[in-house]
Amino acid sequence: MPKTIEEINAKIRERKAVVFTAEEIIPYVEEKGPKKTADSVDVVTTGTFSPMCSSGAFLNVGHTAPRMKIQKAWLNGVAAYGGIAACDIYLGAAQIHDEDVANKIYPGRFEYGGGHVIEDLISGKDVLLRATSYGTDCYPRKELETYIRLKDLNQAFLMNPRNCYQNYNVAVNCSSRVIYTYLGVLQPNMGNMNFSSAGQLSPLLNDPFLRTIGIGTRIFLGGNIGYVVWEGTQHNPTVERNGFGVPVEGAGTIAVIGDMKAMNARYVKGVSMLGYGVSLAIGIGIPIPILDEEMVRFVSIRDEDIVAPVIDYSDPYPNRRSEIIAHVNYRDLRNGVVEVLEKQVQAASLSSYPMAREIAHTLKEWVEKGMFFLSERVCALPGADSGQAFKPLEIRKERGDLR
Amino acid sequence: MKRVVSKNILLHYPKEHTEKPIISNLIKRYDLTVNISRARIGQDEEGTMVIEISGKKDDLDAGLNYLRDIGLSYKPISMIVQRVDDKCTHCSACTVVCPSGALVIENRASMEVIFKQDKCIGCGLCIPACPYSAMVMSE
Repeated sequence: MPKTIEEINAKIRERKAVVFTAEEIIPYVEEKGPKKTADSVDVVTTGTFSPMCSSGAFLNVGHTAPRMKIQKAWLNGVAAYGGIAACDIYLGAAQIHDEDVANKIYPGRFEYGGGHVIEDLISGKDVLLRATSYGTDCYPRKELETYIRLKDLNQAFLMNPRNCYQNYNVAVNCSSRVIYTYLGVLQPNMGNMNFSSAGQLSPLLNDPFLRTIGIGTRIFLGGNIGYVVWEGTQHNPTVERNGFGVPVEGAGTIAVIGDMKAMNARYVKGVSMLGYGVSLAIGIGIPIPILDEEMVRFVSIRDEDIVAPVIDYSDPYPNRRSEIIAHVNYRDLRNGVVEVLEKQVQAASLSSYPMAREIAHTLKEWVEKGMFFLSERVCALPGADSGQAFKPLEIRKERGDLR
Repeated sequence: MKRVVSKNILLHYPKEHTEKPIISNLIKRYDLTVNISRARIGQDEEGTMVIEISGKKDDLDAGLNYLRDIGLSYKPISMIVQRVDDKCTHCSACTVVCPSGALVIENRASMEVIFKQDKCIGCGLCIPACPYSAMVMSE
């Protein structure tokens, strides 16, 4: 019998919901079969913890006396965007420190940036806010320097335009020199391969057509409750899929929101990528309601059923040539050695599998204890039949809107 | 007889040097013992090598001068590398740069990255490669 989210929530309220993680459900389905699983299991929890650029924080710092219309702002030397309102700023996770030498000394270390400021705020540390402005009659102050801390801010919420990539590239380097990428250090002549997905635990891979995940979905975000607010940037639901319905390359993404004041720095960490820049690693977990047998089929996906494209980041990737060297599956990747082009290549992950598992278990516990209820999505995200693709930017020198 | 001294160094090989018999020269010309802990060098590639060189002090100094003269950069390894465990997220980015197998995943079910201090040769390659600044060098 198909279940509704309302029925599942009633069970959660009575603390009778049967919950598995996306890892635990695999042997269970193999033993009991999809029908029995659909009848007996209510929720499957997922998790991921990985560097995710396209993250950042909206902060309202409050009004000073005299008032100020913040035009430019820096938090611990990292520039934040002030062009929103008088004392609202947006701090991007990938913003590097103004005085960072970046790759002038190659490869740059990028020891501190937007992601680290976000982590420091969530850890309760004082952060130095510096701001400048031009002054107006109603907002006369032109300069500001003050320490701030998270608990004193009016609002502080993470608003990440793109998280939770549904599958992603596996990076290799076919050149003869070491290269430094957002997927880590890549040794020459395919000396290693780096990937970044929680595979069978990954949220969007457990609901490949986004049947239950949409606008309004309540999620685990950074150690507390957050929500899906929109499709993520670069959302690309129309890519090729394998027999399990799983995209064979980067596909769906989600935009998420959550209160920083309630977050736990264990699940929100600044990231320094050698030779690349800074970012933010964030823990996300999404509960998947087991409405029927189709949902059972989705959540019983195994690492070996999910394949990812191996891409050369030395030349094809930077020049946007979509050349796929091979497809490899996550079971082999997680085993640590993968054969590609008759070569045994060592594989490493930028995404933490132990943290993904911890998040899925934490979310499971919340649901079991009646602390977390599932939400019905308010609106679906563009799906496999939407015709929506991830378009490139073609450079043009002349305006196309003038005749 | 003079005392035998030894030094652990991390050698950086630029591309143009990979074809030269540098290690052989250290042994033959300077009467040094060279123990290669780890090397990652290929044809026409830049590379790194971690070696322990030992011999008489004068010979060792002369050998190191030779490396400098031909344009090879190296740094001594005398500090120890440690992991700040609560910063480590067990992602495994370090495992592909660690040349000695000190940072490894042994249990593929748990996927936890183990740091074996006794296998660490102190080269420090993991320090900048760790996205979470979990690896540190200390005296």
